[in-house]
Amino acid sequence: MNRLLLNKIILTLSILSALIGISFLFWILATLSYKGITSIHWSTFTNDLVEGGIRNLLVGQFTMALIATLVAVPVGMMAGIYLREYGYGSKLASVIRNLSDVMMSAPSIVIGVFVYALLVDPFGGYNGWAGAVALAIMMIPIIISTTDNMLALVPTELREAGMALGGSKHKIILQIVVRAAKVGITTGVLLSFARIIGETAPLLFTSANNQFFTMDLTGQFPSLTVSIYNLATYPDEASRELAWAASFILTMIVLIINLLGRFVIRNKK
Amino acid sequence: MAKDNLVMELKDFSFTYAGAPKPSLRNINLPIEENMITAMIGPSGCGKSTLLRAMNRIHDLYPGNTYEGKINLYREDGIKENILELKKENDFIKLRQEVGMIFQKPTPFPMSIFDNVAYGLRLSGIKKKSELEGRVEKALKGAAIWDETKDRLNESALGMSGGQQQRLCIARAVALKPRVLLFDEPTSALDPISTGAIEELIAELKQEVSVVIVTHNMQQASRLSDYTAFMYLGDLAEFDKTDKIFLNPKEKLTEDYITGRFG
Repeated sequence: MNRLLLNKIILTLSILSALIGISFLFWILATLSYKGITSIHWSTFTNDLVEGGIRNLLVGQFTMALIATLVAVPVGMMAGIYLREYGYGSKLASVIRNLSDVMMSAPSIVIGVFVYALLVDPFGGYNGWAGAVALAIMMIPIIISTTDNMLALVPTELREAGMALGGSKHKIILQIVVRAAKVGITTGVLLSFARIIGETAPLLFTSANNQFFTMDLTGQFPSLTVSIYNLATYPDEASRELAWAASFILTMIVLIINLLGRFVIRNKK
Repeated sequence: MAKDNLVMELKDFSFTYAGAPKPSLRNINLPIEENMITAMIGPSGCGKSTLLRAMNRIHDLYPGNTYEGKINLYREDGIKENILELKKENDFIKLRQEVGMIFQKPTPFPMSIFDNVAYGLRLSGIKKKSELEGRVEKALKGAAIWDETKDRLNESALGMSGGQQQRLCIARAVALKPRVLLFDEPTSALDPISTGAIEELIAELKQEVSVVIVTHNMQQASRLSDYTAFMYLGDLAEFDKTDKIFLNPKEKLTEDYITGRFG
C-alpha cells in the first residue's frame, strides 16, 4: 500500500512538473502569437527598419548566419572526422574534444567580446564579418560534437568492409562512413543553424545593427535579433509592436528549421 | 598435401593485440589449399576470428598490433609473398583485392545495389561504365542474387533483407575476382533459409576461389568444408581433412568440442 501511494505521489509530481515546464513554453508562444500576429503587416516584410519593417534585418541575419555556416560546417566536420576517425584514443583528440565541449557552453556574450577585440576594435568599427565570425565560433563546437557523435554510430564493420575491398582510409571515411552518418550530420547542421539564427549576444558588439538595407559586410550590418533588443527598449508603441512582430517571425523561423531537422531524421531513417 | 596446391600458408604465426601482455595466437602452422573450403572452429575466444582477420591484415585498421612468423600468399604465377612484410598502402589494397572478406553482420554501404558491387571495382581503377556493368552483373549472378536485384540496381542496398544483403556483400567481394575469400561467421545473423542459400553459394564459390570460413556451427563446418582447423586458446589444436576431424579426431580436446562436451 505504501509503495503504491509513493508511486502515485511521484507520478503526480512528475506530471505537475512537466505541466509547469510546458505551460511556460505555451505561455511564451501564445503571447508571442497574440502580440506578434496582430503587429505583422505586409509592409513588415517589404520595408526596411528605417521605414518600420524588417526586410533588411531578415536578409542581414540570414546572410551572417549563412556565412557562419559556410565556415563552421567544413571546419567542424573535419575536426569531428579527425576526432573520431584519425585521432580516436589519442591524447590530442581527447584534449580537443574536451575543449570543444567547453566552448559549446561558453557564454555567447564572451564570444562577442572576444570577436570585438579581434575584428571590431582593430578595424575601426562594427562590421558584418565580425558578426559572422562570432556566429561561426558558436557553431563550430556544435558541429564538431554532432559529427563526432554521428560517426561514432557508424558500425566499425562498415569501415572494415570498406577496407576489405581495398579502400584507403580517407576514401572509406569520405565515401562510406560520412555517407552513412549523413542524415545525422545534416540534422545537426540544421539544428545548430536554428541555434545561431536566434543569437543576440555575439552580434551586439560585432555586427551591431543597421537601419538600412546593405550587403556591405565591412560596415555595421542589419541584425534581426539586435533590432528586437533595441526596439523593445524604445518607448513608442510602433517600435514595440515591430519588436513583437520580429520576435514572432524569428520564433517561427527557428521552429520551422527545427521541425525540418526532425523531418529529415524521420524520412531518412 | 602437395605444395603447389597451396594458396596461403601460415608459418609459426603469432599475433599480439596492441597492449595485450601475451599473444592471442601462438605458433600457428596452417596450409590453405587452393579451391578448397577450410573451416575454423573452436570455442569463443580461441582466436579463430583473430587468425582470419590476420589473413588480409584487416587488423591494421587499429594501430599497435604485432605479427610474428609468416603468412605466405601464393600469387597466380606461383611466386610467394609474405603478406606480413607489406608496408605500402598500395600493397595493402592489392592484398585485400586478392583476399576478400565477408563479415558476421551484413555490411551494405549506404548506396545503391549497383554502387555497392561496383565499389571495389572502382577502387581498383575500373572506370569504364560498360566494363563496370558487365562485372557487376557477373558478380551478382555469381552470388545468386541477380534475379532479385536486376530490376532494382539503383535502389538503396539498405532496403534489402538480411540474407540478400549478405549475398550482396559476397557479390561485392567476388566482383574483385579474389583468390581467397575469408568468411567470419557469415550466417550467424541470418535465419535458416538465408543460411541455406549462403551455404549453397559458398559451396559453389569454391570452383573459383579458396574459402576460409570461421563458424560456430559444427554442422556447417562438416557440411561445407574440406579441411577443418580446430583452435583452442590461441593454439591450432588440430588440423586435418574435415571427415577425419569429425569422425576420427586425434586429439581428445577436438573430440570433446565437436561432440558438444564443452564449448
